[in-house]
Formats: sequence, structure tokens, C-alpha cells
Amino acid sequence: MSKRVLIVGGGMGGTIVANGLARHLGDELRRGEVAITMLGDTDQHFYQPGLLYVPFGRMRESELSREQRQVLNRRVTFHVDPAKHIDVEKNQVTTDSGKTHGYDYLVLATGSRVMPQNIPGMVEGAHWFYELAAARKLRQALDTFQGGTIVVNVNAPHKCPVAPIEVTLMLHDHFRAKGMGEKVRLIYTYPIGRLHGLEPVANWVKPEYDRLGIAYETFFNTSKVDPAGKTISSEEGVDLSYDLLITIPPHQGAQVIDDSGLGKGGWVPTHPRTLHREGSTNVFVVGDTTNIPISKAGSTAHFEADTLIDNLVSLIVDGRMTRTYDGKVYCFLETGMKTGTYIWFDYETPPSPSPPTQMVHWLKLAYNRMYWLSARGLL
Amino acid sequence: MSERHRVDARGAMCPGPLMEMIAAIKLAAVGDEIEVLSSDRGTVDDIPEWVAKVGHRMVESVALDGYWSVVVKKAK
Ligand SMILES: Cc1cc2nc3c(=O)[nH]c(=O)nc-3n(C[C@H](O)[C@H](O)[C@H](O)COP(=O)(O)OP(=O)(O)OC[C@H]3O[C@@H](n4cnc5c(N)ncnc54)[C@H](O)[C@@H]3O)c2cc1C
Repeated sequence: MSKRVLIVGGGMGGTIVANGLARHLGDELRRGEVAITMLGDTDQHFYQPGLLYVPFGRMRESELSREQRQVLNRRVTFHVDPAKHIDVEKNQVTTDSGKTHGYDYLVLATGSRVMPQNIPGMVEGAHWFYELAAARKLRQALDTFQGGTIVVNVNAPHKCPVAPIEVTLMLHDHFRAKGMGEKVRLIYTYPIGRLHGLEPVANWVKPEYDRLGIAYETFFNTSKVDPAGKTISSEEGVDLSYDLLITIPPHQGAQVIDDSGLGKGGWVPTHPRTLHREGSTNVFVVGDTTNIPISKAGSTAHFEADTLIDNLVSLIVDGRMTRTYDGKVYCFLETGMKTGTYIWFDYETPPSPSPPTQMVHWLKLAYNRMYWLSARGLL
Repeated sequence: MSERHRVDARGAMCPGPLMEMIAAIKLAAVGDEIEVLSSDRGTVDDIPEWVAKVGHRMVESVALDGYWSVVVKKAK
């Protein structure tokens, strides 16, 4: 009997896993001993990190997506047919079209999504850039902005922990370059008592903001937005007026996870080292949808995927796992329009940001182009 | 029936125990308790400080073997 691997979700994590397995199991796939199937909800593969540049007109939309079929190894069977119900007891997944897919190994890679609708007034009153249509709208708003207060509002939980800092520093440079530096006041809000979840990053960014005149409000968890009065309020009792509100909305995992009883809010309880779904031995979880208390980032999904590829290959070939995930995360951090830095950390090692350089900024821009090699498993 | 949810944030560098607690509290019902396990000593001060600002209730904070358990009741 051939071993069936079913991957739900064709974003960063799912695609890297699918291509990695197909590469390592080429012979088994050819001999019909293994079958890899992916269920996605779109025929396009979208490069989300590129969204950061869209509001500033610094990345063309055509650079952000490719046909998923072209990104996937040809030995991976791909259906655009979203999972509707995942039954981990019966080892099967039912799709929107009514088909049922059985599996020997299941990989959950359904990511996370923004939920501005969870905060009253946010959809009407705020801009965001975590989705393409919204990023386009924000670009128009920035183009016509005449000056005033921009609030950059961060909500928990959210993916890409550094994007809020990046967009704030980029906004600062953007308006200064337009000769509007004096007319724009930036206020950054953050849910906890410092400017970033990672203490070393918070310690680095505070003097940066102070130097650049960027104001901040910590312990700010959004309770509501008043689009008519142009104010945003926090559960902690603070009201801020804005002329333009840019939010990082709170996130949840995919609806199918919640609907299938696999995790509240779409977050799947996951073993932080083996990446098993808690309670299953043949269900693995990768990327944003895990409940592992680490950054939801593409690099997290990538390092987890590498672990998963090695383990699934050896499970299929030798019937055993080979290694565990060490919690590694690596993020580039744009510190303006011309410089960047990076951080890395794992379960044991805290990050320490190094001084920003132009070289790292170029590296991030280069990675944006090379991502497609990475998704194919060539990088 | 009120429930108790557990967040094991031991070893969590980012987003950190308080961010995890905030995320968990959003998904909980009023009256539910959230227990955060943290290996970061700062949590013992951070969580009560935030809970007092927002108006939830501290239930307990206990030092265990190399980590802390902090329990909060969602009050609103
Ligand atoms: C603005 C922005 C900037 C970012 N910058 C960075 C960065 O600089 N560095 C970094 O490391 N990360 C960055 N990220 C984060 C990164 O993009 C995500 O963490 C990463 O994509 C997570 O991978 P994933 O596979 O878990 O989820 P995704 O890539 O989101 O993929 C999940 C896929 O599952 C699909 N899906 C959902 N439900 C179903 C269903 N029922 N059936 C089938 N398919 C389904 C979704 O449509 C999606 O295609 C950024 C994100 C944003 C939005």
C-alpha cells in the first residue's frame, strides 16, 4: 500500500514541506509507494512579506504572486478545493466540493488571517497592509495624505513580529523624503509594557523612536475604533485621535481548524519540538497555525518545514523520527528605506539585533526576489 | 461553566508570556481562568500590572520548579 501524505494549505509552510518531500522521496513517488496531495484554497501562491512594500509603491503587485502549480514539484497532486472538515480520528479530510481524502500522514499548514472585524469600528476606521486589497487602499491613502497624526496600532496575536516596527520606520523615511517630515506625527501603540515582545528588540527600538521623534503608547489593547470621531481607544482606558490609522489587526487561524474542533481560534495545540498535533502521532502542524508560543513568521514556517521534511521522510522510509525543531526564527528587519538589520533566536538563545546596515537592507530586498527558489526548496 | 485554559509559554522569547496571555484572554469567556506558565521572571510583575490596568482579576502567582504559574480570571 502506498503511503499517503496530505497537506492542507499551500502557503509558505505547506509548499516547502510538499516540495521537500517530493525531492527526497522522488524514487518512492515514481514507484507509486508514496503519494503527496495538497489541498489549497487558491491557484495562486502569494508572497506575503512583499505586502510591506506595497503601500510605499516599492514592490509591484506582479512580483507578489505566482501560479501555485508552477511553484510546486510536478509530482505533488494539487487541488484547489479547500478543506471543510478535518477528521483526525478517521484520518480523512472532506473538502468544499464534497470529496474525501484519506491519509497516512497529515500536515496542517493553514496559516493565520487578520480579523479586523473582531474590533468594533476597525474595518470602517482603519487601514492595514496585511492583505493585498487593504495594502492598495493604504497606498492611496498615503499618496493623498496631507499631514497630521498617523497611529500605527499593533494588536495581539499577529504574524511577522517585526513588520509593525518596519512600517513605522518606513513611514518616517517616506514622509521625510517627500519633504513632509514636519507635518506628520507618528504614534506607535503596542499591547504590552514595552515596544516589542522581544526585550532586546524593544530596547533597541526605543532610542530609535526617541531619536526620530516617533511617539509611543504601551499597554494599548484596542477596544474600539470610532471612524467618525477618528479616535482609537484601548481597554486600558486611553483614547488617541488620528488622521490616519494603520493597524496590525488581531489574527486567528483558519476557520476549518476551529470548525473541526482542532483548536480554539484556529490555533492547533502542537508539540514545540516534534511538531505533532497534541494527541496525534500521524498529524503534524507547521507555520502560523501552531499554538507554539513563538513568532508567527515565514522563517519559523521554513525551519519547522525543514524539520518536518526530515522526519516524514524517515518515518516513511525507516519508520522513525530523526530530529526535533529547536525553535529557530530568523527575521530581517527594515530600519527605514535604506537600512536594515536582522535577528535570530531559538528556544534557548535570545536575539541581539546588530546595528543596521545598508547591506542587510539589500539582502532583504534580494530575498524578496529569491523567495521563489526557497519555496521550491532550492534555497 | 467557567473553564481554565493553560498557556505554556515557557521558553517563549517572542511574542512572550504577556502577549500569549492577551491572545488567550480574547478567546476566553468572561469568568474563565487563564493559567500562564512562564520561565521568564518578569512575567510575575508584567501580568499583574496589565491585569490591574484592564480590570481583570489576579487569581494566583506561584513559583514552581524553575518557572512560574500565573492565573488570571477574565472579568469583562
Ligand atoms: C505584511 C507581512 C509581512 C511579513 N513579513 C515577513 C518577513 O519579513 N519575514 C518572515 O519570516 N515572515 C513574514 N511574514 C509572515 C509570513 O508571511 C507568514 O508567517 C507565513 O506565510 C506563514 O506560513 P504558513 O504556511 O503558516 O501560512 P500561509 O503562508 O498564510 O499559508 C496558509 C495557506 O493555507 C490556506 N488555507 C487556509 N484555509 C484553508 C483551507 N480550509 N483549505 C485549504 N487551504 C487553506 C491559505 O489560503 C494559505 O494559502 C509577513 C507577513 C505579512 C502579512
